[in-house]
Amino acid sequence: MAEPGWEPEQSPQQPQEGPGRLPSEGSEPGGEPYRPQLQEPGAASEYQEGTEEASYEQHVPETNFSQAHTLGQESHQAQEVSMYQTYPLGTQEPRGAYQSYSERDHYHAYEHKHGPYLPHEPGYGLYQPGYSPYDDQTPDPEHRMLAFQNAKAYLLKSSVTSGLNLYDHLVNVLTKILDEQPTNPVDIFENISKDVKAAQFQKKMDTLRDEHEVLPSFDSAEMHRNLFLKTDGEGDEEQEEMGETPLPNVMETAFYFEQGGIGLSRDETYLIFLALKKLVSAQPIQTCRFWGRILGQEMNYIIAEVQYHEGEEEEETEEEEVMVEGEKRMEEVEDEEKEKGEPPKSTYKPPPVIPKEENGTGANKYVYFVCNEPGKPWVKLPPVTPAQIVCARKIKKFFTGRLDAPVVSFPPFPGNEANYLRAQIARISAGTHVSPLGYYQFTEEGDEDEEGGEGRDDCEENPEFEPLSAFEMVESLSTWVHHVPSILNQGRCVWFNPLQKPEEEEGEGEEEKDEVPDELQQEVGPPLLTPLSEDEGIQNIPAWTASVSTKLTPQYAVAILRSNRWPGAYAFACGTKFGNIYFGWGHKYSLGNHTPALPPPVQPEYPDGPEISEAADPTVEEELAFKAAREQKALESMEEEEEEEFEDEDDDDD
Amino acid sequence: MDASALHTALQLAASGDTGLSLEKRAALGASLPLLQRDYRFERVWFWGCIQGVRDAYYIAQGLGPDLAAPRSRLYRCSEGGAGNGPGRRDGGVAGERLGMRGLGLESPAAVRGLRPVPDGARARVALVAGSLNCVEWSLLPPATEEMVAQAELLEGRFQGDPSFEYEYAEVNAEDDERFLDDGKELTMKEENRLVATIEQIDRAVGIIPRRAFMKTPLGSVHENRNFEGLSLTEAKKLSSYFHFTEPVNLKNKTLLEKADLDPSTDFLDSLEHDVPQGSWTVQLEKGSTVVVLRSLLWLGLTFYHVPVTKQYGYIYCGTGEKNLDLPFML
Repeated sequence: MAEPGWEPEQSPQQPQEGPGRLPSEGSEPGGEPYRPQLQEPGAASEYQEGTEEASYEQHVPETNFSQAHTLGQESHQAQEVSMYQTYPLGTQEPRGAYQSYSERDHYHAYEHKHGPYLPHEPGYGLYQPGYSPYDDQTPDPEHRMLAFQNAKAYLLKSSVTSGLNLYDHLVNVLTKILDEQPTNPVDIFENISKDVKAAQFQKKMDTLRDEHEVLPSFDSAEMHRNLFLKTDGEGDEEQEEMGETPLPNVMETAFYFEQGGIGLSRDETYLIFLALKKLVSAQPIQTCRFWGRILGQEMNYIIAEVQYHEGEEEEETEEEEVMVEGEKRMEEVEDEEKEKGEPPKSTYKPPPVIPKEENGTGANKYVYFVCNEPGKPWVKLPPVTPAQIVCARKIKKFFTGRLDAPVVSFPPFPGNEANYLRAQIARISAGTHVSPLGYYQFTEEGDEDEEGGEGRDDCEENPEFEPLSAFEMVESLSTWVHHVPSILNQGRCVWFNPLQKPEEEEGEGEEEKDEVPDELQQEVGPPLLTPLSEDEGIQNIPAWTASVSTKLTPQYAVAILRSNRWPGAYAFACGTKFGNIYFGWGHKYSLGNHTPALPPPVQPEYPDGPEISEAADPTVEEELAFKAAREQKALESMEEEEEEEFEDEDDDDD
Repeated sequence: MDASALHTALQLAASGDTGLSLEKRAALGASLPLLQRDYRFERVWFWGCIQGVRDAYYIAQGLGPDLAAPRSRLYRCSEGGAGNGPGRRDGGVAGERLGMRGLGLESPAAVRGLRPVPDGARARVALVAGSLNCVEWSLLPPATEEMVAQAELLEGRFQGDPSFEYEYAEVNAEDDERFLDDGKELTMKEENRLVATIEQIDRAVGIIPRRAFMKTPLGSVHENRNFEGLSLTEAKKLSSYFHFTEPVNLKNKTLLEKADLDPSTDFLDSLEHDVPQGSWTVQLEKGSTVVVLRSLLWLGLTFYHVPVTKQYGYIYCGTGEKNLDLPFML
């Protein structure tokens, strides 16, 4: 090529090569590739003649070829650098520039490798503006534009290997930097560049498929849909049992309550209705009722009140009891074994545990199932124990909505939230389940005798019930009666004598009997079917508020009863229909502040007396005197002579 | 909540007792628009009801152009529990006379005179009307700080009779003396207690979603037309809801915390730092389509919001008593 020739003459053209040179250094890093080329006889000589200068030797002493360069061409060095600087000016022959570029590529890559000159080096500052001999020539704007276009065109050239081009890559990198605004982007520029390149391969996958947002409502919808699906076996059974089904007509009850402005939305009620249907089909249930809903902090409880067919439920409980008894026996055996060689046992005897009422009686008359949302599985609540009821009266806690949540309270509640919920349900049922007077009647005399006087605890529907009008029902509370037995202070509906057991067991408990005879008074609650007018209010607040659903069409009015003692408990009566329901937080109304029970008083110290007081240590004199006295006693039987001697000694001591 | 959306709102927020029987609900649909017409309100909100022992109060609020400005409150007193048709109607009218005619505010013009000038003053005007069938409304008197302070001393349920007079004798001796010294009355009319309680509830638990309202540079508060509802994730966070009342904590925030606030939307206190912690429950209901917030401090306050829609609002249906036992119950 005619390089030596044109360089001095066509210097403006030279800068053309600038844009071309830059990338070559990237594509062929290191000095190795150019060496063979340059060492070709022709090329090498040309370089020596026209373009090389002595400074190269100094800068790149390790390269063999540079040593061959001739010295003394420093002027060219200056020229070369300046051309590099001002390359945008030269735009006359772009094509030619590119042609030559392929040849000069390696050389310039090599040259560029020098990097900035250090201050002590001769080339320093040559590339600074103003140093170049061409700086005083103002570049032609057209040329500038063309150079710019060329530069951009070059940058837009896509790589053969990756298909990317530098221009877009830089755009992406800068966009990423500006979007993310990292601190010190210059330090992590390489990484950003790498990330952008890597992202090219991942992002494309995402654009193909859009990820669908999974809303929580999808899960609920799925759950609710299951309520509407029929299982295969179910349909046949229903047809057979069509005549008599334990499934309550929830919608009808809800309709009457809605007249009074009470109830959930209809959709929700219907879902609950379907959920109850599932429950009824899954369990051997005799009667079923939608008890109500208790609000919780995280979730709410939907509660179903059911009664099993006779005999179905008992199997389970018997097993439980056997287990409990078995455990007790085991414990006793262990205790006996341990007793030998152990410190004396405490004489404290815990107050006798009041047994829970049998399933199907008293507070455990019904079994309760709860779920958080219609469609979720129903969970059976454990039967309630008197201790739980007693404790539940003393505490006031919000429900969380999780049955296994602990109840953190004082006094400590025996059990977790499921037990607390069950206890509150029992209390609410006992306090607020009411029916119109005459709807229930006591079971007949004959039954009473058979059951040994307990017939008063049971009532049955009165077939000859004559309904009162809604206005009469509202006029006086004595037209309503409780049909669920109230719970005694003991925590049971039927009083249990806690002292019976000690008598039966052995004579051990005789002392106790003497101490606590006054506790033996039987607790008596109000009898079943007591009118509401006898309910105690809270201070001057009556226990119930009655209203009619409408005043404009009194002939179709529904009597609505709201409990003030249990805010959230409602009852309605319309003709022969009546119903009870609860929507609330599950707490009893208390006027003023809730006062938690105080911790029990500190136990008194053991009475201080001489038998436990510590004796003072004897002094030396006392000890000696005692010793002497003892010795004297021992020696009394000895001979007189010796006695005298001792006596002398004693005298000395004293 | 907005009176026009009452029906939907009740469907979404119904959590037991709304106190609105079908008859009353229908009556509200007819009487609230008339209320808006007669008092020339820009909009009418149905606030809720307070259950008394004998009767319930139904409360509606009228709003002017500036939503944060004082509101006019109207109430309706439903009939008592016992009693029969014609005789009861007389009772209702008597109540009405006691309630609002005495105020001399019968004419809408008079009410308009009382309407707030948008000067940023937050003293709330409330006016009463006793009515019979959710049809006639009366204006409540404006709530004053004194009334609120007095009402805090009262405990127990509302009676349902606006002219019922509470005696302070039931309150403990110290408070009594204080009021004796000041030469103030020892009795409080239920009407005033009602006003004060509404004021308390609005201050403590009246809430709106973030960005639903915006403050203009002039200081008045308008509905944000660009509000398209909170996203589901946002809706589950307490920080996305604001107390719709004069901010208290906002001024105490550090500069750092304030830096991210947008002055046009974040001009209120969020629920995030409400005391005590956990005094709100956030639940997804109705098949996870509605976010329902319930206040545990004022049991009975239910707020609902359907995410990514403009549907939101709150309703109070309760006894009008603060849950003072809350610390023990959490």
